[in-house]
Amino acid sequence: MNLVLFSTVHLHMIQFEKFEIANGLKVLVHQDKSTPMAVVNVLYDVGARDEDSSKTGFAHLFEHLMFGGSINVPVYDEPLQLAGGDNNAFTTNDLTNYYCQLPAENLETAFWLESDRMLSLAFSKKSLEVQRKVVCEEFKEHYINKPYGDVWHKMRELTYTVHPYRWMTIGAELSHIENATLEDVKSFFNKHYNPSNAILVVAGNVTVEEVKRLTDKWFAPINAGHKYIRNLPLEPKQIAARSSIIKANVPLDAIYKCWHIYPRVDMRYYTADLITEILSGGGSSRLFQALVKEKQLFSNIECYHLGSTDAGLLTIEGKLVKGVKMEDAESAIKAELIKLQQEGISQRELEKVKNKTESMIAFEDMSITNRAASLAMYELMGDVNLINKELDRYRAVTAEEIQNESKIIFDEKNCNTLYYYSNN
Amino acid sequence: MNRKLAPNIKDAIEFNLQLKPHKKFTLDNGITVYTIDAGAQEVVQVELVFYAGNWFEQEKNTASTTNYLLKNGTSNKTAFELNEIFEYYGAYCNRSCSNETATVSLSSLTKQLPEILPLVREMITDSVFSEEELDIYKQNAKQRLQVNLQKSDFIATRLIDAHLYGEAHPYGKYTNPEDIDALSSSHLKDFFKQYYLNGQCVAFVSGKLPINIEQQLNSAFGDLPLKPFNNQLSNIIQTPAIKKKYRIQNDINGVQGSIRIARPFPNRHHPDFMKVMVLNTLFGGFFGSRLMSNIREEKGYTYGIHSYVQNHIHESAWLISTEAGKDVCEATIEEVYKEMKELRENLVDAEELLLVRNYLIGNILGDLDGPFHIMGRWKNLILNNLTDDYFHRSIETIKTISTDELQALSKKYLNPEQFYELVVI
Repeated sequence: MNLVLFSTVHLHMIQFEKFEIANGLKVLVHQDKSTPMAVVNVLYDVGARDEDSSKTGFAHLFEHLMFGGSINVPVYDEPLQLAGGDNNAFTTNDLTNYYCQLPAENLETAFWLESDRMLSLAFSKKSLEVQRKVVCEEFKEHYINKPYGDVWHKMRELTYTVHPYRWMTIGAELSHIENATLEDVKSFFNKHYNPSNAILVVAGNVTVEEVKRLTDKWFAPINAGHKYIRNLPLEPKQIAARSSIIKANVPLDAIYKCWHIYPRVDMRYYTADLITEILSGGGSSRLFQALVKEKQLFSNIECYHLGSTDAGLLTIEGKLVKGVKMEDAESAIKAELIKLQQEGISQRELEKVKNKTESMIAFEDMSITNRAASLAMYELMGDVNLINKELDRYRAVTAEEIQNESKIIFDEKNCNTLYYYSNN
Repeated sequence: MNRKLAPNIKDAIEFNLQLKPHKKFTLDNGITVYTIDAGAQEVVQVELVFYAGNWFEQEKNTASTTNYLLKNGTSNKTAFELNEIFEYYGAYCNRSCSNETATVSLSSLTKQLPEILPLVREMITDSVFSEEELDIYKQNAKQRLQVNLQKSDFIATRLIDAHLYGEAHPYGKYTNPEDIDALSSSHLKDFFKQYYLNGQCVAFVSGKLPINIEQQLNSAFGDLPLKPFNNQLSNIIQTPAIKKKYRIQNDINGVQGSIRIARPFPNRHHPDFMKVMVLNTLFGGFFGSRLMSNIREEKGYTYGIHSYVQNHIHESAWLISTEAGKDVCEATIEEVYKEMKELRENLVDAEELLLVRNYLIGNILGDLDGPFHIMGRWKNLILNNLTDDYFHRSIETIKTISTDELQALSKKYLNPEQFYELVVI
């Protein structure tokens, strides 16, 4: 079959305009006249990696407190809902992102609410007390009350020795959240929630002039504050394989393997990303075909990475078919990796994963909320123009690079393994 | 500038909401195709909906397994080969099975559609359901089930349905490991022949459509022995449980309880349905709801609590669902009932109702974003045997429902004795 040249398909470029105001706030405007809505997305350059190791889970707890009232507005949600809007937020190890969507006519309501909580929070004692409990229930729901829920807690501690990716966004332990004080909250706000540490994206049925006017009115009066300079310990190169064993009340044995990869801005990131697509992520991917379908050693197996800003992890995880020995399952994974290292991949397989990636990007870009968040993330990475260059970067990856990187990444010395055994 | 003063807003209820009309054409074999041509991205979604849900199966799991295995081999291609071609063209072919209907859904770059449609045709006409593929499926499905059976939320969700509708009803039945063991290739083949190959089908196509879309679909599906939907389903009797309250210990180490509180509720054709959608939003349907404000934001018992009416074509149910700390489960249930009582005994504040109206209208406005979402609305109307008049009357209801009506509905429907109550730890 002939190779399909996807480059002849013209994907819709994402247009935007960018400006910065005196207090350091960066602003991006993306106009889309086809929607009646506007999206206001505020990204703060702070995540779990900026936490003190004795006060983990704080960036995320703080995200909850951002809804507990600001200095001039007792509640955040109600005025927004009254304006026909809806909102949410998420925290990762790298960043905290808040977004709301509302009818474009009511855009100013979002400016009012977002600028006020950037100006100052109300620092309500009651809000802290309640949200500590809410976050503890969130912790239990996702990480304690679920089989295999503690895997990433253990895996992060195994893979990172000094870098703060050692703990999960939710926090290393419940007590860190339970012990958070109002003083902690205030100092965290002053340190990180400054205009110079934020990116504002306004998207949808808006004009640049209107966004400039509203930014000037609502955000310009906020003091610049002190710019937080991030200075995180670099994770030293791993020089020997590591492993750990867990025994728990779970129905099936499972294996988790992680290898260190590259920071998000490194060109090799794209190669590593395509490697995960080759190994898993579809019914014709290698690990699924070889180990679930042909050898039937696993009931499911996945390969992925978390797309973190600093050097992240490439992960393979799978649940073993009952009765299969851990050593056999692990050797079979290794055999697939060796095959990739020794034989590389065909041009057709490379085209396949690139085409999949292209279409994934097209589908993601359909939603205006996604486009707004993407613009903020690329600006955070240092160059918002990357948003329209990603596809070319994926297209440029060669079969040789895939093979070479698979040798470097899947080096045994770079490997961390968690053997998760069922007690049952 | 006074930051304490909210900027002026346009009330969302003043917005004129329109559902973009679909186009419609018929294939040579009489199959109806609905289309929405819109969007900036060069992408398209083709959904083939069959009357092939678990409503029609004799043995449990036949419908969902048949649907799943449609992509696992034809007489000409292995599962690997099918998947490889879809993926090579950057296309996604998903299957899903629900109670009445089962769907094959294709998402692709518009340009690749001619390469992919023949593959979908092959799946729905020539799937082989080999013993080997079925064996792998059974083994892995059983293992997945084993993991799920350890989760309190999974157990609670299936048990509450069983109590509401009875275990023999399509809405209430659930899977045990032995049901998976009992699956046979010949049953799947028979089911496939009756409900796909010669089944009832309707198509929904949305995105940036190629100009020859009619021709493309007609040559892919127009000559197949499919029949149009006739919306005539046999009635299956419900056998709701007599006992109303359940407390179950599933995991001795559990730290949270999965709470489900539910009552039977009619379908969309009932005159109260639209109005209850507004009442439900206020009660537990969004972040600013009474349940969320009290039980999460005031008491901190849970990460989230929601109420909703199940998306069923026939009979339905009104549910409250949450995972709460083990020690506060009973207190949570008590608060849920208190909120019901409050709604029965006191009129909703006009300002709160305006907020809910605006929130709902703004939400629908935002949800009509792009061709796939617009088609999603249409699909739901069409499969429920409704027209766009229903959409417009719903909008009107949101804009005009009164506080008296909300109280009357609360008195009619929000009585604790009408509810099943279940906690699984």
